[in-house]
Parts: sequence; C-alpha cells; structure tokens
Amino acid sequence: MKKFLMGNEASGFGAIHSGVNLVSGYPGTPSTEILETVAKNNPGYIHVEWSVNEKAAMEVAAGAAYAGASTLVTMKQVGLNVASDPLMSLAYVGVKGAMVIAVADDPGPISSQTEQDTRTFAMFSKLPVFDPSNVQEAYDMMKDAFIMSHKYGTPVFFRPTTRICHGCESIDISDSYEKNEAEGFVKDTKRWVIFPRASFLNHQKIEKRNKELSETLSSYKFNTVEKSTSKKGIAAGGDSWAYLNEVINMENISGVSLFRVGTPFPFPEKAALNFMDGLDEVLCIEELDPVIERALIFTAGKNHLNIKIHGKTDGTTSCAGENTPESVKNYVNNFLGIQTDNKELFTNKPETPARPPVLCAGCPHRASFYAVKQAMKGRKAVFCGDIGCYTLGNAAPLDMVDTCLCMGADVTIAQGIKITEPDTTAFSFIGDSTFFASGITGVVNAVYNHNDIILVVLDNSTTAMTGHQPHPGTGITMTDFYQKKKAGIREDVANAVSIEKVLRGIGVAFCETVDPFDQKKAIETIKKASELKGVKAVIFKSPCIAVTKPGVPYKVDKDKCRSCRRCVTEIGCPAISFNDGKAEIDKALCYGCSLCAYVCPFDAIRKEEK
Amino acid sequence: MEKNILLCGVGGQGTVLASRIIAHSGMDAGYNAKTAETIGMAQRGGSVVSHVRISDKKIQSPIIPKKRADMIIAFEPGEAVRCLDYLKEGGTVIVNSRPQKPVTASLSKSNYDGSDCLEYLFENVKNLTVIDGDEIEKKCGSPKVLNIALLAGAAASGELGISVDGLKEAIKKQLPEKFHAINLKIVDTVVNSK
Repeated sequence: MKKFLMGNEASGFGAIHSGVNLVSGYPGTPSTEILETVAKNNPGYIHVEWSVNEKAAMEVAAGAAYAGASTLVTMKQVGLNVASDPLMSLAYVGVKGAMVIAVADDPGPISSQTEQDTRTFAMFSKLPVFDPSNVQEAYDMMKDAFIMSHKYGTPVFFRPTTRICHGCESIDISDSYEKNEAEGFVKDTKRWVIFPRASFLNHQKIEKRNKELSETLSSYKFNTVEKSTSKKGIAAGGDSWAYLNEVINMENISGVSLFRVGTPFPFPEKAALNFMDGLDEVLCIEELDPVIERALIFTAGKNHLNIKIHGKTDGTTSCAGENTPESVKNYVNNFLGIQTDNKELFTNKPETPARPPVLCAGCPHRASFYAVKQAMKGRKAVFCGDIGCYTLGNAAPLDMVDTCLCMGADVTIAQGIKITEPDTTAFSFIGDSTFFASGITGVVNAVYNHNDIILVVLDNSTTAMTGHQPHPGTGITMTDFYQKKKAGIREDVANAVSIEKVLRGIGVAFCETVDPFDQKKAIETIKKASELKGVKAVIFKSPCIAVTKPGVPYKVDKDKCRSCRRCVTEIGCPAISFNDGKAEIDKALCYGCSLCAYVCPFDAIRKEEK
Repeated sequence: MEKNILLCGVGGQGTVLASRIIAHSGMDAGYNAKTAETIGMAQRGGSVVSHVRISDKKIQSPIIPKKRADMIIAFEPGEAVRCLDYLKEGGTVIVNSRPQKPVTASLSKSNYDGSDCLEYLFENVKNLTVIDGDEIEKKCGSPKVLNIALLAGAAASGELGISVDGLKEAIKKQLPEKFHAINLKIVDTVVNSK
C-alpha cells in the first residue's frame, strides 16, 4: 500500500506493523510524532503512554519486555542522557520480547541543546543501531530493528535525524501484520536481577554477539558497496547518503566507489574491507560524530591498509552542523578535483530582517516573566530558566533567562548560585511538564538542605514546545487522549497530579497559585515571596494559547497613543508593531491577553468592540 | 518531469498545509513526492521553509539544492529575498506583498517594511506574481486565507505543475468539508483579480 507519510509517522507504522504491544516515551523535537502516530492509529491493544520522563519510559518498557512484550521507547537525543542509567544496565540484562529505542538526533542543532550522536551512544552501550537515510528506510529499518531485538534478546537503537523525522515521502507499507503475544513474566533470578558476576559473563556474551552481528550485517541490504575502477571511494550514512546520491546525479559523477553504512554499530567490517580494497583515498560524509570515519580508520589500521581517510578528523568536512546538498557537493568536487560552480544568480540583495523565534502573542509566560521583572526592579536577582517554550523569555525586551542547561536544572542551579552569592535572590523558572519530568527532585534537595530559592512554575496545562502533549498535571493519558478527542470529551481531571499539592507535600510552606494576567496580584505575590527565607513557590497558572480559544482582540486608539513605544519595549509582543509612529495590533495574531493594555500608560489600548 | 517548489514565510502563516497540498496533488497525478519542513523552535515567529519535490524518478535529497527551485512561494517579501539562492535561472516567484515586521525590528526601530525587498524582486525576477494578501483577506472576509491565495497565484502562473482546477480538486479532497466554500472562493478571487 502506498502512503504519503512523515518520517516519524513511517517509524510509528513500522512499529505497529511489527506487532508492538507497548510504546512509551517523552516528547522531544524531532522525535515526538513517532509515539503520536502509534496512539492515533492504535488498533486497540497497544498501550501507549507519555511517561513522566525518558528514564521512566525505558523502565516501563523494560518491565513489559521482561514479560515478553514487544516494546518501543521514543525520545530525542538529549532524552537518552536521562534514560542512560537504565539503558547501560539493560544492555547487559537484555530483554525477552523486544525493545526498540527510537532516538532522534538533531544535526544543526535545529531545536536541541547539543549535537550529540546516538550512534556513539550505541557504541558506548554496545547496542546495535539502525540509521535510515530516507522515509521508506525509516519504515523498513524499524521493522528490521524489531526482528533483530527479538532474535538476539537485546535492546536495539533506531536513530533517525531531523530531516528524516520531519521529511514526508510517498512510501510502501504493509497491508497486514501480526500482533506479538506476550508470554508473561517468568521468574528467573539469574536473568532479571543484575549482579556483578552475571554482568561479567554477559559482557563476554555481548562482545561475542557484536562480532557475529558485524559479520551478518556486512551483507545487510542497507550496508552496500558499489565498486568502481578508480582509486577513490566515498562512504556515507543517514541523510548524507541521500545528499551524496543527489550530488552524484546532479553532477553526473561516475567512477568512484561508494559505501553506504546503514548500521554504524556493530560496524560491518567485512563490507568495509571489500569497499577499501584497492582504494588509495576515502572521503567520509556524515553528520555529528565521525563514526563511520573512525570505524574505517580503525579497520584500515587493523588490516595494515595503506589508505588515506578524509573527513571530520582531518578537517576535510565540517565537524559541526547539518550537511546540505551544497556542502556535500563541495566536499565531493574537492575530493575528485572537479571545479564547483558557485556563481550566484542573485547579488546585492537587500538586507532581510533577523527572525529569532519569540513567545507567541498572548503567551502567558510573557505575563509571568513581566510580573517577576516588575517585582524585582532595582533589586539583585538571578533568573534560572529551563527547557521549553519559556526559554524564549531570554529575548529582549523581557531578558528574563540568565541560565539554561538541561531539563530540571533551573531548580538546582538557582540553589548553587544563591549559596555562592547570598545577597542575590535566586529564581528558578520551570514549566509544568518539565516540573514532573525532573523538577521535583531539585525541590526536595532545596527543602532538605535549607536552600533559598523562589520557584516559579509556569503552568500552561500542556507540553507546549513539542506540540501540546498531555502530562501528569493534565490528568489525560496518551491512550485516552485521542479516544476522548474523537468522542468530544474535553477533559478528565480525575487523576490529575496537583503541582501545588506535590509542593506542599514536599514541605514548601509558601506556595501560591496566581493567574499571571492578574499583574497586580502576580507582582504582589512575588514581592511577598522575596521577603521570606527558604523555598517559596509561585505557580503561574494560565493555559497555553494553543489549547484555548482566543479572546476578543485589543486595538489601539490612535488619538490616545502618544508613541511612547512602551507596548513594544516592555513586553515585545509579536502582534504589536509601529506604523507612522503609532502602535498597531495585528488582529490575526492578537489573543486578547490584555498585557499591552496593562502596560499602556495612556489607556490607548482597549478591547475591540464586538 | 521534476518540479521543485520552495515555500517560505514566518512560523504560523500556514506554509506546512500549502506544501502538503502540493505534494498530495503530485502524488495523485502519479508522481513521487518528497517534502522537508521546519517544525519546532523555529515555528514560533521564526523563518520557516518547506521544500517540496515532485518527480517521475526517485527523489534523493529532501532539500532542494540551490539554484534548482522552479518556483518560490513566499508568504512574506523579506523571506522571498532570503530564499532567492534556491531559485533556478528564469524561475518563478509568487510573493505576498504584506511585510511581517519581527519584534526585533520593532525594538531596534528598524524601518523594515518589505519595500526594498519587493523592489529587488521586481527588478531581478522576471516571472514574478505579487499577491496582495490584505486585499484578498478583505474580499474574502477571513484573516486566514493567505496560503490558499498564494497557491492560487502559483497555479494561475502555469508553473506549479497543478492547474487552477487541479488545485480546486485538491482543496476538496484534502481539506475538511466545512472549509471548502471559503477556500474555493479565495481561489476564484485571486484568479479573477489577475
């Protein structure tokens, strides 16, 4: 059957068509739609959950796989750091059913903190990894990963990159498939309880298995060698392989040997030797780490080959960022001594404005940041931020994010700063989903150690940045998210975890929930909190504009507008601009949040009359 | 047959839906289709680009190589200029004349109003269609018409690989029924104002 699918949808279908029983994950661009696809197309028997974080997701899946279930865990590359504790041990213990760990890498990076490479992580944890180079392969390799996981009783990585995840393509998918039947948990202490002695034995087994896999994978259909008569060869993997083929077609290149690596670990050494046989020089084209390149250098060294291998390690290709058809064209042409036509068709173009991403018009985070800024005016304070839409509070004119490191770190970094600089007020800003993912531990740390911070929870009732996934605070699980949506049921908050109750339970005595658009009260509450010692919490609760209906838009009374520009310079709302010296509100963007009317000193901004 | 269409604009303007409509139409006509889109951080008011490639052969790169786009559909004049390096010699540009001023420009009191960019396009792109998004919005009485209006302009240029009737079919096929009437009206408004 032909279907036009996004890479992440293809991966999701690949899992369904492998008979998967349980899918768990934590949202993160560019991986999110893999799990959503399974939830949307759930035949009914698959347990799909957004877990509280990646570690929880992997452990839930591990339990299911111990009991014979076929499982999929999804996350972005930095999420794998959170799940690395269970991962490293699980590599030794193995699974009974199956476990595919889908980790999306983000060369660029386009929307991530790091350019880490899951292929390197796979090598580190000694687990096999599949690396698709297009959407069709995402579907096919996901299925191959399940087969391998089941056959060898090991977790297997599946690692697409952003361009594969978010690219769409018409692909062939199966019409039918069979559900995996889980046997149930069978007590076997030697197998399921990790002990030093067992790990020593398992370590040996793993190394042996990986050697075998390297042999087998040398003839895998996505590890291919095309031999040519010349002494030059090019090796590539992932989307770089697609760019390479584009360039070969575009520039009519022939006579060069090609090696495509679809499983960077265990590295298909035999295929690599076949590729390098008779070659003098090899160019490696890949993104992130030089994984293929190092493996080729290693293989060449081990076999005493006299061959030059170029790539990231000798600076022939860029060590950071995404590849593009142009960068690959330049690499290939330079390598083969072909002149590249870099003539520009359009010269002396006028300057175009920079467009950094900003908080949406109507975003409640803007009101929260503004309230804290007003409350702390003229006072010493440090604002620790975190991962989510609210990282965008760093931009002018708000300028309210002084640090950002990783999920949950705002809470703990604020403590370290306050300890070292006691005369400052340390704020930590955390979103609701991030709070559940990894914020709570940091708050317990603060309460236990008598550390002094103001925790500001930006509760917008959703996981906004990744596309509005539910989380523990919403009380809606992923499994019933789509079913309830279909049935028109808006909310079921029976099992919603209350952030305020959690904080009070931990022992945070000052804990107030405020609507940030009630600026007066919001500012007052922050001021009150800043007078107290210990851990204080303020929960700014107001839903994300994407999960609520817009209110009546505001408009500017041009006669009253005195061109003071405060509405722009104070809050930086993207719906407001200046035309002929007067403020103007874009009706299509305005959500009617009222913040601009609050900051206007001349009462020139009013609700549009109906 | 190969068509490379690049859509560019500002996050939230509807480039993704427009690129899907083109890709699906290409598929319905029996061709291979491939797209690459901006999703995530950059969606929030940042520059967004969608690459759409339609071909009777296997398509390799999801990204259009520079100087290979047959057409640029620009939702904003500055974004059109930013992406011009993708346009092939003699390629077509469909552009919305209304500029979108970023917050950073408002803050720095920059006078960006898109006019320099539009002027550059007039001087340097022979096959240029300018769509007055504001005008179409007024005529159709809805603020969310831009993507279909630009597609209509693209179809009417004859270079999209989809005819005006083909676009109407695609709208009926790919959008929920309640949006058919308004979007078909937009297409007619754009085509008749040419």
